[in-house]
Amino acid sequence: MSVYNQNRGGIIQIIIGIIFTILIAQLISVQIFSSKYKLAADNNAIYRKIIYPDRGIIYDRRKKALLENTISYDLAVIPNEAKGVDTNMLCQILNIDKATYSKRIIEAIIKNTRVKASTFEAFLSAETYAQLNENLYRFPGFTLSERSIRSYPYNTAAHVLGYVAEVDVNFLQKHAAEGYEMGDYAGMTGLERFYEPILMGQRGVTRFLRDNKGKIQGAYEKGIYDTLAIAGRNIFTSMDVEVQQLAEKLLQHKIGSAVAINPKTGGIIAMASSPGYNPNLLTGNQRRKTIGRLLLDTARPIYNRAIKGQYPPGSTFKPLGALIALDLGLITPAYGYNCRGSYGACGDPRKCEHHNPGHAANLQLALAYSCNSYFLQVFRMAIDDPKYHNAKKGYLKWKEYLNAFGLGRKLGVDLPSENRANIPDTAQYSRDFGGAKYWNSCYMLTLGIGQDRMTATPLQLANAMAYLANSGFYYTPHFVDSIENEDEEDKVMLEKYRSKIEVTKIPKQYFDVIKEGMHDVTVIGTAAFIKVPGHDFCAKTGTAQNPHGKNHSLFVCFAPKENPTIAVAVVVENAGYGSTWAGPIAGLMMEKYLNDTLTTESKLKAENLSNVDLMPAAIKSWYVRNNKTEMLTPIEYNNDELADVWDMEMLSEIAPAKAVMDTLKKIDTLPATPPSKPLPTNKVNKENAIDPLEKKKKATAQKNGKL
Amino acid sequence: MVNYNNNNFSKGTDLAVILLYVMMVAIGILCIFMVEYNPNLNWSNSFLTAKTNYSKQIYFAIFCAFIAIFILLMDSKVFTALSNVSYVLGILLMLATFVLGKDINGSKSWIPIAGGFNLQPAELCKIFTALILAKFISKPETDFSKLKSHLIAGAMIILPAILSVMQHELGLALVYSAFIFAMYREGLPPVILVALLSFAILVIATLLLDPTVLSIIISVIAGLIILNLIKRFKRNKNSILVILSIWMICFGTIKYIVPYIFNNVLECYQSTRIYSMMGKEYDCGQNVKSFNKTAINKKTVRKPDDYNVKQSKIAIGSGGFWGRGFLKGTQTRGKYVPEQHTDFIFTSLGEAFGFVGTFTFLGLYLFFLFRLIRIAERQRSTFSRVYAYSVVGIFFFHIAVNISMCIGLFPVVGIPLPLISYGGSSLLTFTVLVFILLRLDADRQMVLR
Repeated sequence: MSVYNQNRGGIIQIIIGIIFTILIAQLISVQIFSSKYKLAADNNAIYRKIIYPDRGIIYDRRKKALLENTISYDLAVIPNEAKGVDTNMLCQILNIDKATYSKRIIEAIIKNTRVKASTFEAFLSAETYAQLNENLYRFPGFTLSERSIRSYPYNTAAHVLGYVAEVDVNFLQKHAAEGYEMGDYAGMTGLERFYEPILMGQRGVTRFLRDNKGKIQGAYEKGIYDTLAIAGRNIFTSMDVEVQQLAEKLLQHKIGSAVAINPKTGGIIAMASSPGYNPNLLTGNQRRKTIGRLLLDTARPIYNRAIKGQYPPGSTFKPLGALIALDLGLITPAYGYNCRGSYGACGDPRKCEHHNPGHAANLQLALAYSCNSYFLQVFRMAIDDPKYHNAKKGYLKWKEYLNAFGLGRKLGVDLPSENRANIPDTAQYSRDFGGAKYWNSCYMLTLGIGQDRMTATPLQLANAMAYLANSGFYYTPHFVDSIENEDEEDKVMLEKYRSKIEVTKIPKQYFDVIKEGMHDVTVIGTAAFIKVPGHDFCAKTGTAQNPHGKNHSLFVCFAPKENPTIAVAVVVENAGYGSTWAGPIAGLMMEKYLNDTLTTESKLKAENLSNVDLMPAAIKSWYVRNNKTEMLTPIEYNNDELADVWDMEMLSEIAPAKAVMDTLKKIDTLPATPPSKPLPTNKVNKENAIDPLEKKKKATAQKNGKL
Repeated sequence: MVNYNNNNFSKGTDLAVILLYVMMVAIGILCIFMVEYNPNLNWSNSFLTAKTNYSKQIYFAIFCAFIAIFILLMDSKVFTALSNVSYVLGILLMLATFVLGKDINGSKSWIPIAGGFNLQPAELCKIFTALILAKFISKPETDFSKLKSHLIAGAMIILPAILSVMQHELGLALVYSAFIFAMYREGLPPVILVALLSFAILVIATLLLDPTVLSIIISVIAGLIILNLIKRFKRNKNSILVILSIWMICFGTIKYIVPYIFNNVLECYQSTRIYSMMGKEYDCGQNVKSFNKTAINKKTVRKPDDYNVKQSKIAIGSGGFWGRGFLKGTQTRGKYVPEQHTDFIFTSLGEAFGFVGTFTFLGLYLFFLFRLIRIAERQRSTFSRVYAYSVVGIFFFHIAVNISMCIGLFPVVGIPLPLISYGGSSLLTFTVLVFILLRLDADRQMVLR
């Protein structure tokens, strides 16, 4: 009977055939048309170990290393292998208790599983390292691993150099295409950030096979895909470490900034911002202790005032104002103004420091004596230029000049986050004064003496001096002169810093007049008592009113008068007259740079100057309230004082605005000297710190237009 | 009729099948070697030491070779004669596991025998069931076109299947459904096949689709059929009743039977696996069996349920077209695929040799199966033919289910890949299955009863 079913053999074959076809179809889809499985397999099994190259080193102009790499040791542990550890001894060496030990082991397991190494303690001190190394056989599962960290032999230029830190999620998102991974270190600020691709070098990758528990099985494909690490390249800057150190020393216990540029190249010789910090505080195991404190300090020690601080230039602006008027043909060098001690052409007279007749008989004299009336007049002439019949057009022309001088725009220095400061736009005035028709040169009169809404960064001021020194051009200010093994790409990047910027076509004789005037400042004028032994120089003092308290002390200069090689701008916040504080600082910096050394007399002066405490009271009171000594200046730093660890609990004590007044009162009644050392430091907490009295003073001062 | 002298030993024996058999076993040992390979050990030594699975498999293979020769030397009549006895013995052995059983991988289906080896009676029972089925159908008094015969044959098959389920060996139990091939060949009405297939499709559809949507779809289909054949219904009113009752059964399946199977018949982990294959989550709270064993489940469930399949697919998929090369598969080297030397052995092949390897391998299997069918069809005796189809069914079922499970087409059930997977019981069973068939085939001119 079964014979009748013979065709069923065929049907069975067909069924089998169909099922096999389905299997093969799925195999085709899985093996040929899906790339994700290959990827998933690699993710599973290939462990990439990154080999970090040494970062490049940054040198000053004399090839002194501003920063170096040193080796630091970490203690790592593989929890699974940490059996029979002499925990007593280990805890004793590391100075931790047993509970901490178990906690860290558990953290390590959570972070990296039992079979992979995790850091148990990072950045061991030399002593701890030696002790551990000797006894390592007692601690199975523990290993010592090296890592390279930065160190700063001169303890200087923290703001310029910036720091290196572990990347965070934010950073990874921003730099997604650059191949960073969790746990990598990267330059976060300063030159470290700007030249990161060059300093970083090229990371090497070694691939290992690992099994389903994460255990390493051996090299993947015998290492044919592995790449070698290529060390970062060194960079050579135009900085002078001694001038830098001097600038930082002179600025200590003050808030402010100093910038020195070589006008011949645009290379920055020194850039100091005070209060600063010792860059060594942000490396290794010090970092954790320091960073919170730096971020919370009311004087903002990590803020680079040289490129971010916005200061009204005050009288230091006058030479530029005069230059504009000369070029516009509105005045001649012989132009004089009969100043009687105030300027009243706009009603509400603006005060001038000088009363003697003839102190503004010509441009040169007016510059030397810094006559407010003269430059207010010159400013009004520029704005109300008869050529334009319109204050707005006149203003725009005037502003165009300033932008050409590098004010009110980013210069493009090779540091991240430069501020453009402010040369106000006509739109701002039109809005505030109810329309373009409704304002004229009297409305922003004090722009003529660098006040009103005009602000500039110290870098911009120094650059403007370089422009004057060069009689009409400048190079974009920069730090890096050359890069080791410069390639085409680097050349393109540095090209910007090697080409002359010559936007204006102002005749040389006008510059000569200005230079003469600025030279007179140092001979018969406001800076007559500041000398640079062996060199004539040109300068301009500035005493700028500001909404934050006492006048800022400013000083700009370049030297030597003929063929200048250094241009300097110094700002000391809330210090008083420009010639009293900023002037000597700039003078000493020039002396150091030009003569390579200071005279005995200058050394004494420098010593005295560095000890002067010009910290605003509000900042001092903040330190008193928080039971802190102020942030140590870099040069003074020593280990004992580092023991003073920032206590996070103090955060809660940071007083609300109301409490500030009480404290201020209390301080008035305290004996004059606050804590032991003179307080170095920083910037006023603007919101909280304005003394009502000072506010009043300021209000009146603004009217008087003091220079 | 048969002379047992040397000249005639191989006479009538199908050499192609023997050749394929040897190739398969060799490939199997190679695959196990790839899984076990450790570059730090001297593999040439370990081949002989019986300490690694591949060396053990070699000893199993040698043992199986002796058994194979022994079978070829037997008289074909022995198989017909012993089929009843062996079946009873097999069932008794399976019952014995409940007393003597040793727990391996969660199922109590092994009986420990000497030398650290374990025997799985359920595997051997496949052979005995094949023999008794052949014997039953080939009896002259059996008329296999009758329902009664179908039921008797079905009972013979289902008994060991039920015992396997009781041993928590769902995979082995499913294998018994493979005998449907033999029964179909001998006259089982195709309607049963179609009904089973429809049921399977319906179950899968129930899992994939929302019950309401599915009900609507079925109603629409029923409606369309009725509309289409409306003229015929006027002549034959019964057929409308048939369609309506099928429609009712479908509803019942969706609403009651499928949930019943998942919640009451299957274990929690099995339901979860099936659901996860469909990309869904199964709530074990609904499972009746899980109420009693919540504590145990918590302990055993460590990795997500689709971990096996995921890693298995990664291994096969990462092979690509040409494969990663012999001993170069990272999934295999890193031991990412659990149970890779037994149920997931196909992954090591897929990873090392890619699509080229798997395609060739499936080709070999297909050729093997078609060869067996050809052998089946040339038998004169019903006994031999039924037995041959049983062997085809068992092989086919193992291959299809095992490979489907490796590439994510079927939920994970513990079924070895014939002749390839590591395991003495399984290798022995398939060897015996094949060589009894070859013995019967050698005597194909003889009519056995």
